[in-house]
Amino acid sequence: MSLTYLEAIREAQAHALRDDPRVFIYGQDVGSFGGAFKATKNLAQEFPGRVLDSPISEDAMVGLAVGAAIEGMRPIIEMQFADFSTVGFNQIVNQAATLFWRTQTPCPITVRLPFGGTSGSGPFHSQCIEAIYAHYPGLIVLTPATVEDAYAMLLEAVALDDPVIFCEHKFLYYHLKADKLPAEALPIGKARIAREGRDLTIVTYSAMLHEALEAAKELSTEGWEIEIVDLRSVKPLDTDTIVASVARTGKLLCVGEAWPWGGVTAEIIARVTSEGFELLDAPPQRLNAKDTPVPYHPNLWAAHRPTARSVASAARSLLRS
Amino acid sequence: MLLARLLDDKFAALYRAGKIHGGVFLGRGQEALSASIGISLKKGDVFAPLIRDAAGRLAFGETVLDAVRTYMGSALGPMRGRDGNVHRGRPQEGYLPMVSHLGAMISVVNGVLFARRFKGLTGMVGAACVGDGATSTGAFHEALNQAAVEKLPLILVVADNQYAYSTPTSRQFACENLASKAVGYGVEAHTIDGTDLAACLKGVGEAVSRARAGGGPQLIVANLLRLCGHGEHDPYDYLDPKLKNSPLGNDCLKLAEEFLLRQKWMAPSRVPFLRNELIHEIEEAVAQAQREPTPDPFAEEWRPLATEHLKEGGETR
Repeated sequence: MSLTYLEAIREAQAHALRDDPRVFIYGQDVGSFGGAFKATKNLAQEFPGRVLDSPISEDAMVGLAVGAAIEGMRPIIEMQFADFSTVGFNQIVNQAATLFWRTQTPCPITVRLPFGGTSGSGPFHSQCIEAIYAHYPGLIVLTPATVEDAYAMLLEAVALDDPVIFCEHKFLYYHLKADKLPAEALPIGKARIAREGRDLTIVTYSAMLHEALEAAKELSTEGWEIEIVDLRSVKPLDTDTIVASVARTGKLLCVGEAWPWGGVTAEIIARVTSEGFELLDAPPQRLNAKDTPVPYHPNLWAAHRPTARSVASAARSLLRS
Repeated sequence: MLLARLLDDKFAALYRAGKIHGGVFLGRGQEALSASIGISLKKGDVFAPLIRDAAGRLAFGETVLDAVRTYMGSALGPMRGRDGNVHRGRPQEGYLPMVSHLGAMISVVNGVLFARRFKGLTGMVGAACVGDGATSTGAFHEALNQAAVEKLPLILVVADNQYAYSTPTSRQFACENLASKAVGYGVEAHTIDGTDLAACLKGVGEAVSRARAGGGPQLIVANLLRLCGHGEHDPYDYLDPKLKNSPLGNDCLKLAEEFLLRQKWMAPSRVPFLRNELIHEIEEAVAQAQREPTPDPFAEEWRPLATEHLKEGGETR
């Protein structure tokens, strides 16, 4: 048996629907059609009345989920693309994120955001907006990079009593495969050492993990051993695992597919410099997408986001500094 | 209605005396409509009031003490100083605390009703209150359409009080009557005289009955005039005197009192007693809230998540 990242997301939802009668899925085209990416394929048939098409109303979709959560349900909202979640932004950051703090009433909703660049997707179907959500208190923001994490973290997300922004990378949907689904996984909030090394730490997440792993492979042929931290969740951010890795290597490169300004990579560098300044042998560096909208054409897109090549090149400069 | 008016008057006085942090928002002129909503709902129904619904809140079951504690910032109130004034509620009792973003509560009411139907609970309705200004928001339209698609027992009440803060209705919408907004969504709508208690009780009551009987979402538009500024900070100098002197400018509370006396449903001698009783109740609540502890920043948890172990270290450092 072999499962893709996308199939793992479907399986996690099937599992949640099967195990917990409070779970339902609401989103555009998620019903009998099975979703724009087929992440809910056959679920409407398997779980009648629990996988429902919504109107194209992102604000009202999230509002409905919050109301249902108040009533003790555990809704999963599928945004067709992460980019469109900005239309429901108000309900996510002002309603869902503040409910528990204001009233002590938990708001267990999971908002699935198919996010990130794929070739030819252009400015409005490619965005990485995890940092915007991470900025708001009251939200948990997850960025699984593996098939196993996509499955285990989505299951845990649905079980949590808080609103979760589940950033599932579209580039990984079909590329990544695993032999089987995990029986257990690291808990949410813990980062993972995806590769051990002694010369430099790369902290990254989601699709960029795979670019970093490829870069590390290339660099190992040049004699460099790169340690890679896969954040798994950007909020909460596992600062301890990052700082411990920097303590071993003395050098830090943060890689993110999102825009650079005020984002996850900036947050990591801020934390490491303030909590582990003396551990650093060189100024920490970061590599992000260019600070423009995401371009459509593959030539431009490949140059817009970090790739194994640009990661390796940034790592080399830092290793030689 | 009278209790709400007196409570509002007290909040206005406390505001002028500098005893309330932040704003004070009154429902003067909207009590007949608001009370009608609270009265028409039953225990187990859902209510999402807005800023001018002191009357509806009290009629729905909110205690004077809950209202006073929230305005006075008592640590013992339902919001414990984390939110104030009109931003209060008890969501698990179907009484939803408003966010400031207009129209945003409607789909939340939809969600509660959706979940109840999902759980097999029937016969319950939910009411959401907005003003004329909120009908211009996308959230209003998304939620009304959503309620129609799902055939939810939602009663959406629009208090068309002629101004959204200072903006007159002529700059807010171009249709004859806001009730026509419902037509496009396949929602039943009725317009009522918001200054007339009997008309409000009948119009809102019938809408609640239709929704409860499975008639789907209902839009009620009540025409009235806000008899105070947007908040107590607002001098309301933009009020058009023609509106003030029109039938819209009638005080619903005064009309209701005259009606009760005319019908001999209440003896004139009872009025001052009732007033004094209610003032006494309010004064007691204020005195109690003033004696209570205010929120302590050192005892505050500063935790926005229900999941305790996921507290972020970085946020508090």
